[in-house]
Amino acid sequence: MARALCANCKAERAVIKRPKNHAKLCKVCFIQVFEDEVHHTITSSKLFYPGEKVAIGASGGKDSTVLASVLKTLNERHGYGLDLVLLSIDEGIKGYRDDSLDTVKRNAVQYNMPLKIVGYDELYGWTMDQVVETIGKKGNCTYCGVFRRQALDRGAKMLGIKHVVTGHNADDVAETVLMNLLRGDLARLSRSTSIVTGDSRSEVKRSKPLKYSYEKEIVLYAHHKKLDYFSTECIYSPEAFRGSARALVKQLERVRPTAILDIVRSGEDVARLVPGEEPSSCACSGQKGAAGLVDDDVGGCGSQNGRTPGGEMAAMDKQLRDNEASEGLEIDVVKTMVEGNAARGEKRDLPIRAGNTSKGAPRQVLGNCKRCGYMSSQEICQACMLLEGLNKNRAKIQI
Amino acid sequence: MGTTDNGNTIDITVDFSGGLEMLFGNQRRHSVSLPAVDSSGKPTNMTFLIDYLCTHLMKDPRVDLFVLDKHIRPGILVLINDADWELEGEETYELQPRDNILFVSTLHGG
Ligand SMILES: [Zn+2]
Ligand SMILES: [Zn+2]
Repeated sequence: MARALCANCKAERAVIKRPKNHAKLCKVCFIQVFEDEVHHTITSSKLFYPGEKVAIGASGGKDSTVLASVLKTLNERHGYGLDLVLLSIDEGIKGYRDDSLDTVKRNAVQYNMPLKIVGYDELYGWTMDQVVETIGKKGNCTYCGVFRRQALDRGAKMLGIKHVVTGHNADDVAETVLMNLLRGDLARLSRSTSIVTGDSRSEVKRSKPLKYSYEKEIVLYAHHKKLDYFSTECIYSPEAFRGSARALVKQLERVRPTAILDIVRSGEDVARLVPGEEPSSCACSGQKGAAGLVDDDVGGCGSQNGRTPGGEMAAMDKQLRDNEASEGLEIDVVKTMVEGNAARGEKRDLPIRAGNTSKGAPRQVLGNCKRCGYMSSQEICQACMLLEGLNKNRAKIQI
Repeated sequence: MGTTDNGNTIDITVDFSGGLEMLFGNQRRHSVSLPAVDSSGKPTNMTFLIDYLCTHLMKDPRVDLFVLDKHIRPGILVLINDADWELEGEETYELQPRDNILFVSTLHGG
């Protein structure tokens, strides 16, 4: 069949078909366009300020490796004036991180960036291997996830850095939007679309500059730029529900590649409807109006009941959700809905919006953990709760 | 347009990355010799190759990590001589001598 020429330079052979608009591009033009779009995301969202010290959460995987490479390129090309540092977490799973940490160490040399590796043992007094020895393999992803959530922030804090960027891409965001949609959790759905998380209460700001980048293009970018990355799966069990959402996203992409960004944009539009949530898309890309969506669409169903009944999965899920909710803001619509649904035994605690003090919500609901100082809606944060359980177990074992 | 050398076999290289190499004996690059035509006499295409890889090269019983519902699993990219196979006719692409086919998974940790 006839070889297509690049739609941009019209000189080179096209090697990419872009999922977002079907544009056929050559390698050089693709790399340029990919970088330009990330630059656009960064500038339109005002992610950075000149001289800012930024830690890149680096796993050695494709997303964070591409993020590091692109940020280095853009920082030099556009004079952001950023002081970039690679920050890696070592969960302490024997063998699991060896190759990926080796990759990050090579990246540090390749990109001429300082690298800081922080271990779970350093942060929590427990490696994941020790956790598994104590509690078994079931449910350990909960621990790993909860610990990981804080690990980057804690590591950044140790380095005196107030901004962590992560490699979350459009597919990840779409997946999270779908998960929260399927759970009927609009507040979290809204939060998950935000490019910046963490607010005045948190000491460390988090952002995801690759939020609009397709995973497919990230992999192709890494391939065509011959970036050095590492692929592995967590050797412990994956979270089943997320896995299903992921498979769904990929299947939708196959049928209609624009679906991924459409889901992201839909999530942003929902966020606009949620009181207290900031619209997070850049002005020029979020033009699709929210018109047509009315209150009826968000209320009036028992969808909170629709979660997988029973089992470890639900429990783990709830734990993670509560933890994430502790960073987050809930909304009046959902609150009303759940209150109206008083018959439900499952009714979960809803953190009150920060600005919502008119209802006499105690300010401390979004305070800090009494043990570690990490932002938490409870007196003791999720990580410290888990640690308490672990430490009791360790004491038992030693007796 | 196809030149099928001596008419009997086509030699190509097949690469796996992004974690897929784990399904193929932890080996990234494989040299593969395929018959130039399939059993019905049609030139060997990607469908044939994918089936061949599953039956001859895969060392892992979890075939569905590579092929789902008789097609390449969604989330796995296929590059034919560095070009997205969507530009080359996907499964209908007829293999040429010295082709390089890359299968790269996007599904593994970021
Ligand atoms: Zn071009
Ligand atoms: Zn704590």
